[in-house]
Formats: sequence, structure tokens, C-alpha cells
Amino acid sequence: MKEELVWRIAGGSGDGIDSTSQNFTRALMRSGLHVFTHRHYPSRIRGGHTYVEVRAAPEPVRSRGDGYNFLLALGDSFARNPKEEAYYGNEELKPLSENLDELREGGVIVYDEGLLDASEIPDFEERVEENDWHVYPLDLRARAREKGREVMRNTAGVGATAALLEYDLEHVESLMEDAMSGEVFDTNLEILRDAYEDVSEMEFTHDLRMPEGSHDAEQVLLSGSNAIAYASLDAGCRFISGYPMTPWTEVFTLMSQYLPEVGGISEQVEDEIAAAALALGASHAGVKAMSGSSGGGFALMSEPLGLAEMTETPVVLLEAMRAGPSTGMPTKPEQGDLEHILYTSQGDSTRVVLAPGNVSEAYDQTRTAFRLAYDYHLPAILVHDQKLSGELRNVDESFFDREPSPDLGATLTEDEIAEAAHHASGKFQRYRYDPGDDGVSPRSLPGQKGGRYLAAGNEHTPEGHISEDPDNRVAQVDRRLRKLEAIREELDEGGTHQTYRGPEDADYGILTWGSQQGTVFEAVDRLNDEGHSVRAVGVSELMPLAETELAEFLSSVDDALVVEMNATGQFRGLVQRELGRFGPKMNSLLKYNGNPFEPYEVVEGFETIIQGDEPAPTTRFVPAAGD
Amino acid sequence: MSAFNAIGDRREVERDEFTPGIEPQATWCPGCGDFGVLKALKGAMADLGKNPDEILLVTGIGCSGKLNSYFNSYGFHTLHGRALPIARAAKLGNPDVEVVAAGGDGDGYGIGGNHFIHTARENHDITYIVFNNEIFGLTKGQTSPTSPMGHKSKTQPHGSAKAPIRPMSLALTAGASYVARTAAVNPNQAQEILVEAIEHDGFAHIDFLTQCPTWNKDAKQYVPYVDVQENEDYDFDLTDRREAADMMYETESALYEGTVLTGRFYHDADRPSYGEEKRAVGEMPDEPLAERYFDEDYEWERSYDLLDAHK
Repeated sequence: MKEELVWRIAGGSGDGIDSTSQNFTRALMRSGLHVFTHRHYPSRIRGGHTYVEVRAAPEPVRSRGDGYNFLLALGDSFARNPKEEAYYGNEELKPLSENLDELREGGVIVYDEGLLDASEIPDFEERVEENDWHVYPLDLRARAREKGREVMRNTAGVGATAALLEYDLEHVESLMEDAMSGEVFDTNLEILRDAYEDVSEMEFTHDLRMPEGSHDAEQVLLSGSNAIAYASLDAGCRFISGYPMTPWTEVFTLMSQYLPEVGGISEQVEDEIAAAALALGASHAGVKAMSGSSGGGFALMSEPLGLAEMTETPVVLLEAMRAGPSTGMPTKPEQGDLEHILYTSQGDSTRVVLAPGNVSEAYDQTRTAFRLAYDYHLPAILVHDQKLSGELRNVDESFFDREPSPDLGATLTEDEIAEAAHHASGKFQRYRYDPGDDGVSPRSLPGQKGGRYLAAGNEHTPEGHISEDPDNRVAQVDRRLRKLEAIREELDEGGTHQTYRGPEDADYGILTWGSQQGTVFEAVDRLNDEGHSVRAVGVSELMPLAETELAEFLSSVDDALVVEMNATGQFRGLVQRELGRFGPKMNSLLKYNGNPFEPYEVVEGFETIIQGDEPAPTTRFVPAAGD
Repeated sequence: MSAFNAIGDRREVERDEFTPGIEPQATWCPGCGDFGVLKALKGAMADLGKNPDEILLVTGIGCSGKLNSYFNSYGFHTLHGRALPIARAAKLGNPDVEVVAAGGDGDGYGIGGNHFIHTARENHDITYIVFNNEIFGLTKGQTSPTSPMGHKSKTQPHGSAKAPIRPMSLALTAGASYVARTAAVNPNQAQEILVEAIEHDGFAHIDFLTQCPTWNKDAKQYVPYVDVQENEDYDFDLTDRREAADMMYETESALYEGTVLTGRFYHDADRPSYGEEKRAVGEMPDEPLAERYFDEDYEWERSYDLLDAHK
């Protein structure tokens, strides 16, 4: 294994684990390392087991690791009283007890002995010995209390971490200086330095040290949510409407903070039906608009989504998936909404569905979503999940040095409307049968002279008037569907959004979609290093599906593994249905326990195909049809 | 220079300009109250000198939703119950467009009830006409939220056990700043009320009694009607919330006892519209957002300039 740190900070929800980890991650990035984070948290405001994992290495990291090698276990300030008979067990102890299974051999444990009593964990000493763990109990709480407030124990923990890894404290200090001020900063700094100095004087038994690296260019640390919000701004989106729901709320919150600063509008409304309907209303008036939700809220958007398809109203919707059905597991990722997103709402779908695989793809594909929505007058849905939303990753700053694209797409000016086709009665023909090869009939906007027409959820004539005439019906349906064909052609010719990893002439293939891409790619690297011949594709274009590319990919390999986070293999089903073949080649590796894949699980799933080994117990292997 | 030159293009406008040449004749049943709404709306817009290209009419689903086919302007014939959220966002996106929403009693008080409450609460500057015929018409006569208690229909064969909703009281409580009830059989009053409602800066709710001669034969034709402003028996201050509430309650109850009371029931000219409130807290631009996309000199902000927080 390459030299890397995978630092896990664990504690209770509401104890500042998130912000402490973010600052530490930025410090690691500033000091020249590549970083990647993974969050695990409960659906609870105060208390409950939560952790953030920060993986840092000299080389680019694109996934969580297999397990981790440094634990900082803080207390849970809001743990429920320990009662053995309660199903939730001893919450006070969880920051330490819950995290031991995934700690690698030779790993380091720092725990707050002011709050955690290791002797209460069954077989703790034996496990430490067996796994060659190096344990440093420190009374972090007492250190924090002595100088400041109890929550500052996080700072003491970071100081101890830096000391044990022989990491230059300057990086952490400069970040604290940016993030804090006044007395809070002074106190934290003192706590940090004291912990660092005291721990530095201890005798170390572990070998792990902070890896060293350097960047060629200025880096920025962003989450998938950051990337989506920034891309929306750069695409000229100035209207968002929404209703809070985890994890969609992250993008909604970011946009609600930026939009007023740039003269845009954010609307928090009564429900998700209204949220999507408002985005349609704003778009209809001539504003670039978006909305979104997570599974349950997106279900409420089905109606307006269909209306956008029928009235050809451009709109971008986000679907931040979480484990379902129903309320499911609100803070846990899953890819179980694929079929829901592709097909929800009555009638034949005419929508774009994109699922980015990482932070920079989230940026690119959000911009693509806006472009396609406004050029082709249809809803474009960007699919992500709690994993991609929250994971932080460093990206070259220059990646974002791009021009904004506020263009309204296929929208006419008044001069153009004057030249455009009208009905004899004066109504503008918004929905012409044959506007061109791409099926797009340009629109006017309310208030424009000479542009009045009717947008109707009913089937309609070129002027928008309700009609059940069979010839009109067929002409309008065909034209709307032609837009999808045109999009498919545009993408195939102009550049698609699939990403590959591994040799082109590989014997075996792995397919995945959306947020599991990085993990799968890491597994592919390992498999190829081990002498296998494997190529992976991360698929983003789900509707219109990247059919040609997928057919080529599947034709080129002997056997394939489809990796996705759901229980029924929805993506595999989509590929098989759309391509009409390859069923006997596609084996499924599924995971739906609430935690994203780890690379070793993909490696073992692959070995199940070729060697018949048992897959990892956290996953489920479904052999290809006919096998 | 504006990209929307129909807006504010003041000239003499004839009522007939609002009759679409493509579909001049409505498909409503003979004697339907919906004709009254259409006539009053055309008259009100002509009175106000609005031209068809500066109006956006947003309708729901049902016989009432077809208003859009027979009124010549920009139109959005939306979903059952969802006219209001679409209308209010269009208004926020381009506040200079004259936005009118319309739907039936099932549409507005039933399936769209939540949007009705919140649109009133927020006091969006739009006019909302609810065609109230106390029945589901287009789906052939089922009991609606305003049907009287005991109303028998194919879906309530033993008579409705539900008391009808009180639409004006609901609007007032939720925050509407102009509330009126008129009737299709009283076209002059209807047109005057529509003019006032459209001119009002804020959410104007009009409960418009529209007789359904086909599916609600039991119901009266809303005659005789009484205009509460013109009848000496009724004396209340329509700017006083408590007096207005009492009058609404009495009016809503009286309808089911055979007395049709109409007129203006509440008017608060001082409550700022949602757009004004939103501008006051700095969350809405002064210039219409829709204009910006046509402004070639506008310097669009870039995320690249926001990256310092991520270094």
C-alpha cells in the first residue's frame, strides 16, 4: 500500500466533528497533499455516532480507503444514558468502540480518556495486541476545560494528531487563524500548542508519519455540493426554489446564500410540488431556474416534471439520493432512485438524466444540464447522493477559471418573434411541427411583443391550444422525442461524459454509475497491479443513455461486473433493457447497507467472477443472467 | 432598453382584443357561470388598458382551467391545483408582467389548498380568481370542498358528512390583502372587482360564484344576490380585520341558507407585497430578473471569484 494517512475523527453529532475535520483537511491540502473525505453521520441534531475520514497522500486520491490508520476518538456530549438493554447500546463509548472494526493493523488510536473508558470495551486489550494498534489515551477534555471551553477538546485532539504524525503545526495554525478570531482564536491556539508540545515529548511506538507532497498548482477544496452550486451560478442560474430535505439541502443552502449576493432569487416554499412548480414559473418568465430534492421530495415533483416535459419548459432539477424506500435512512447514501428518476410522471419521458462521478464532473455536468435544458426545452436532472454531496476533494483552482454562460438557449428576441411563424389569429407558434432536425421550436417570453401563446399540460396545437387530433398528437410526440435523439447525437459528436480507467484492450470490464466511480477506479488500479486485465467505465449519461459507448465497452470484454449501491441492480437492468443484449455478460455487485463501497469490496466482487471466491459479506453478488 | 416592449405599452384596448381568433367560442355548457368570468376579465383588462402581450394568465385544471383557451394573452394551463406556485414565480421573475391565476374550487381549495394558504400568507402581487360552483364539473358532478353538507353525489351517495370550506375566511386568516366575492350573474360588479383586484398590490382573492347548470342543478343560480356595500342591512369596515372576518363568516354561512351575499370583504392597502418585502431584506433585485438575460453589458458573476474560502 502506498504511503498515506487515513485519519478518522469520531465523536457525537453536534460536537464540531465536521468543522474540525474540514479545517484539518484544508491544512493537509495547503501543505501539499491530495485529500479526500468521507462523512458518516446520523439523522439526529445532537448526539449519535458520527465520524469523518480524511484520506491524504502525495498522489491524487479519488476514493475512501479500505479502512483507516489513525483514530481520534472524542466523546459524544449528547450520548443517551448507557443502558445495556437499550437497543442503541452504550452511546458514550461509541466514538471508540464503533470504530475499531475498520482500523488497520498497526494503526494509531488517540482517545479522550476524560470521556471514554477503554476498559468498558470487551476484549479491548486483546484486540490492541492482536492488531498491533498503538494507543495513546489523553485527557483532552481536561486540557480544553483548563484553558477554555469543553468543545475545544477537538483542538487538543488535532494538536495531538499533529504531534504523533510529526506534522508541522504551522499549517494547522494558519488555518485556525483564517477560521477564528479574537479570544476564541487565542485560546484555541494555546490549547493546540500545549497538546502538541506535551505529546511530542511522549515516547512513540508507532511508525506512521504524515506523508509529504507538493502541488504543481494552487488547489481548492470543494465538495460535490460546492461544485454543483458554483456551476449553477456560472451557468447563469439566478433562481432556486426548494424545501429542506437531507442531503439536497446542502446545495439549496449554498445557492440561497450566493443568489442574493448576485441579484438572484431563492425561494423556500411550502412543499416540493410548489418548489418544482416555482422553478417552472420562473423559467417560463425567462429566468434560468433550478429546484431539487431527495427521493421523497423528488417524488412530489413528478407532476411538475411531467408538465415541464409537456410544455417544454427548461428547468434543472437535482436529485440527491438517500437510502429508501420512504424515509429510509436519511443520512445514508444509496443509488436506489435511478428508475424513479428515469420514469416518474405519467406518459413517455423526455428528460435528460446525468449522474456525475466526482467533484469536477459535478461541476461540468451541472453546466451541461443547464445547457441542454435551455437549448432543448426539457427538464435536465442531475443525480447525486449524500456521498458525492459531502465528500471534499482538492481540485486545481484553474479548473474553475471559465466564462459564465447565461445564454437562454432557444429563446427569441422581439425582433426574431416578429419574423417567426404566427397563426392567422396572431398567436405565436411556439410548438411548430417541424422547426428543424433537432425538434426544438424556439420560445417567446411573457411581456414580449407579438409572442403570446398558450403553454398547456394538455396535448396542444402549434399555438398551444388544446387538441386531441390524432395527427397533431403524433406530430407533437415525435417532435418532443426527436429532441432526445438530437441530444444523443450532440453528445456523441461533441464529447460525452463517461470516464474510463484501465487498459483499452482489457479482458474484463467493470461498470458503475454516479458517485461510486472513484472507488471502482481505485479497485481497477489494484486489480491491474495484481496482474488482472480490467477496464472500468463510470457512466454519467443515463438519459439519453450512452448506448453506443456502452455497447462498444461490453462487446470488448469477456465478462463484466456492474457495481451500484442498491439491492435490485437498477442500472444493470437499464443497460440490459436499452441495449437489448449483454445480459449473460453482466454480473452485479450490490451494496445497500448505508455505507458506500470500499475498494476492497469491488476487488473481491471481481474475484468472485473469475475465481468463484465469496464476495465481501457487506456486498451481494448476483451472477449474470444464464450463469 | 427593455426586451419586453409589450409591457406598459399604453393604448386604447378593446374588449374584443382578448377574444382569441383561433378559438373564439368556448366549450362551456349553455348557461355556465364561467362565461361570466371570461366576460368580466376581458372587460377589466380593457378598462385597465392592458394589452394581451403583457398579461400572463395561469390556470389550473377543470372547466375553469379552459379560461386560458378563450382569453387572448400569454397563458399557462398548468396542473390541477398548481396554478399559484407557477404564477407567483413568474411574477418574481418578471414583476412587470400582469399575472392573473385562476382555477376552480376543487383546484384552489382542495388539491391546491396548501398553495392557496402560502400564497396568501406571502401576499404575492397576483390576482387569483376561484370559480366556485360548489361541485366538480368536468369530472361529472362529484362533491367538492365547497359543496354544502349533506350534498349527494355519485361519490357521496348518502350525502356529504363534511362541512364546506370557508374560502374567504381562509384567505383572510392566511394573509390575503384583498378578498372579495362576486357572481357570474352580476357582471358589472364582477368587472369592477376584477379591476380593483388587478390594481391591488398584493394577493387579491376573488371567490367567484359560477353556477353549474349541468351538474349542480339543485343549487340556485346565485340570484337574487345582495351587494353588501350597497345594502343598508350590512354595515362593516372592510379595512378592519375583525369586522371583515365576522362578515365573511356570515356570508359563507348564508350561501348555504339561500342568501347570496357578494361584494368586497377585506382590503388592506398598506400591507407590502411579497416582492416589496423581499427587496427590503435584500433578497430580490430591483430590476426584473428576466431583463438581465437580454442585457449585453451585464457582467455576469463568476464562481472563480468566490474560491478564496476554499484555499
